[in-house]
Amino acid sequence: MAVEPDLKIELGKQGVFVTTLNELYNWGRRNSVWPMQFGLACCAIEMIATTMARYDLARFGAEVFRPSPRQADLMIISGTVTKKMAPQVVRLYNQMAEPRYVIAMGACAISGGPFKQGYNVLKGIDRYIPVDVHIPGCPPRPEALIHAFMTLQKKIEAQPLTGDARPRHLDANAQGEFPVPVPAAHDLEPPVNRLVWPLPATAANTGESA
Amino acid sequence: MMAIYFPILILFVAALGFALAPLMLARLWAVWISPAKPNPTKNAIYECGLVSRGDAWVQFRSGYYLYAIIFLIFDVEAVFLLPFAVAFTGLGAGACLAMLVFVLLLAEGLAWAWAKGVLNWA
Repeated sequence: MAVEPDLKIELGKQGVFVTTLNELYNWGRRNSVWPMQFGLACCAIEMIATTMARYDLARFGAEVFRPSPRQADLMIISGTVTKKMAPQVVRLYNQMAEPRYVIAMGACAISGGPFKQGYNVLKGIDRYIPVDVHIPGCPPRPEALIHAFMTLQKKIEAQPLTGDARPRHLDANAQGEFPVPVPAAHDLEPPVNRLVWPLPATAANTGESA
Repeated sequence: MMAIYFPILILFVAALGFALAPLMLARLWAVWISPAKPNPTKNAIYECGLVSRGDAWVQFRSGYYLYAIIFLIFDVEAVFLLPFAVAFTGLGAGACLAMLVFVLLLAEGLAWAWAKGVLNWA
């Protein structure tokens, strides 16, 4: 049961702070997102710049880049995902702690970008894992990554702890493992994960077609 | 008589509670607030995203250590030889003889190791 916003402001003026368990829990979660430390391509340089003094991602509580997926809950897909790299990315996503989030950074990560018609580039990582925030740009500026991060924080803040929209780790039946694609003769097998990619995609148009 | 030890018992129980309470709280936190969600991929060995190959319990050849020890002996020998060479003109026959014996002992050790086949890496 959320507190009425007006009442909350009025109580705040009187020096009384009211909150709900849901808000408190999400306040803690959204301010301590730990990204995983890996970069795939040139977008990673912008990601590194974002964490440094000038842009200072630490203001949002996300400066602790972890070199192990066990300690990370945000995956920033920073750059081109080749078909050789995609299985590793999906496996690392599976190995991350719940609740985990994904930011697809840059044109390549969201769609294949300028390499979309290449034979060896995955046309967007959201074919295999659920992506929470997409950032266009080639590469996106650090401000764009910060904006994506704030968007993710808003998303975490809005997540209820009960009901159908609750985060996956609070739902015992929710699926936590996503199939890792394996390299086949001409493409990754399967070409898409049907659970996260509802759009049409056959083996033909995931491969060489425009 | 036992009554005077009663405060110690209380302190013991308090200390035990002090140690166990955080562990139990952490356990309750894990169960209620942040339940684990394991899957086979997650439980697998972390190898930078790749599937790990083989066993982590690799055995190193003992020959490696013998090589290292022989290297170490001649490493130390060089440390002794260098100051000896620097002060060579000012030293008497006794010092030269002592150094010669030292070098010969080490050379004998090398000859022995060589004869034993330690230097054959196969």
